[in-house]
Amino acid sequence: MKDLIVARGLRKSFGAFEAVRGIDLVVPAGQVLGFLGPNGAGKSTTMRMLTGFLEPTAGTVVLDGIALADEPIAAKRTFGYLPEGAPAYGDMRVEEFLLFVARARGYGRDEAHARVDAAIARLHLGPYRKQLVETLSKGYKRRTGLAQAILHDPPILVLDEPTDGLDPNQKHEVRELIRHLGGDRAVVLSTHILEEVEAVCTRAVIINEGRVVFDGTPRELDAKVPADVARNRLDHVFRMLTTSDTSGSNTRAGAAGGAR
Amino acid sequence: MNAPARIRAIFRREFGAYFASPLAGIFLVIYLFMSGIFMFQLGGFYERGQADLRPFFQGQPWLDLFLVPALSMRLWAEDRRTGTVELLLTLPFSVWDLVLGKFLAAWAFACVALALTAPLWITVGWLGNPDHGAIFVGYVACALLAGCFLAVGAFLSAFTKNQVIAFVLCGVASFLLLVTGFPVVLDFVSGWLPRVAVEAISSMSAMTHFESMMRGVLDARDVLYFASVTAAFLFLNGVVVEWKKAE
Repeated sequence: MKDLIVARGLRKSFGAFEAVRGIDLVVPAGQVLGFLGPNGAGKSTTMRMLTGFLEPTAGTVVLDGIALADEPIAAKRTFGYLPEGAPAYGDMRVEEFLLFVARARGYGRDEAHARVDAAIARLHLGPYRKQLVETLSKGYKRRTGLAQAILHDPPILVLDEPTDGLDPNQKHEVRELIRHLGGDRAVVLSTHILEEVEAVCTRAVIINEGRVVFDGTPRELDAKVPADVARNRLDHVFRMLTTSDTSGSNTRAGAAGGAR
Repeated sequence: MNAPARIRAIFRREFGAYFASPLAGIFLVIYLFMSGIFMFQLGGFYERGQADLRPFFQGQPWLDLFLVPALSMRLWAEDRRTGTVELLLTLPFSVWDLVLGKFLAAWAFACVALALTAPLWITVGWLGNPDHGAIFVGYVACALLAGCFLAVGAFLSAFTKNQVIAFVLCGVASFLLLVTGFPVVLDFVSGWLPRVAVEAISSMSAMTHFESMMRGVLDARDVLYFASVTAAFLFLNGVVVEWKKAE
């Protein structure tokens, strides 16, 4: 399978604070990568570098063979991105907002309408297409954000906390959607909910303090759970890998990363 | 897709955004009402007995001080507050597409407002025999001045997530840009600055250039002044967007 996302040695500093301290990420087509980590671990910063919103302090990003730093506009056509909180223009109707994105992506009138209709159908937004974005419920706002991201049928999807703040039913729906949207795409989704990784991802990467501390399949992550921990098994591993008082977490991670 | 098509996409969004809220209506009503006040009341149109638009043009810089910031304040502050700036900058736009598209949308709106004052022009044409060329140059001056203030306002809007702050900053900056050409300021500095410096300050003022155009004189230097100040602030706008986007 072709490697659609190739990020090498990504680093990002904000003044003296180093948010991301050397992350390598290669995501082939067909993979759904769950990007995990505690709040402030550098998940959003990494995703913002993958999508060109932030320039890395060091490192490179190549998307579907196009170097983001060299050809930013061409590279930005290769992915759909749902930023954290699914920002959208509240003063536009769902349909208008999606048409704006379609035009921004260069589609002419007819093609833009066809794309918007297809995305609306795919995300079951039909009854809400004339509704103002600011009056949508959180779940439907998130769907509008997803519709915007898949409009151009991109080979890459980057979704920053797609289920954050949704109720359990909405979470379930969005996960189902992501599973269906996956297909041949390379999908990166960030979350701090571990069950989400088990539910939709084929690979899990945990970062902490700007570094990768685990990289493997959700099953391998599960296998790290000591036998005596029955409930909240994954939560236990997560804490084990991302809290500093658990000694040796980085060495474990190093081994896991190398084994991939 | 080429840059003009991308700029058109953002232009349509931004121009439409003015009409999505009551802002467009309120703006147009106040602008037209105040333009009428300047023309007929404050400007003494009837007493002067001259068929021209001088009083209307003279009022424009002062109207712009309050109304242009209302158009420019949301340009970037709103996108930064709601997070849509992240969406914009990860769509296949360059920052310059966005800067130009947003500016042109605001400027087009200001020009629409200006065009709606055409009945004043028609009125003086009907009442007397005005110099239509001079009036046209006056209108061009009004459009250029508004564009200049808008570029300043867009630039300042990129600094903050708060539209009120953007409004106030734009008003103050535009005021400073105007008053540097006033006799009271020039007299003050002429006491202790060399003549060259005083002339330099005077030529930096939007008022100096506006007034010469308002009299109907189309001088390339005045047009160049407005074009270069506008371009400079649009350039700075792009720099600030890149700089501030992550905050």
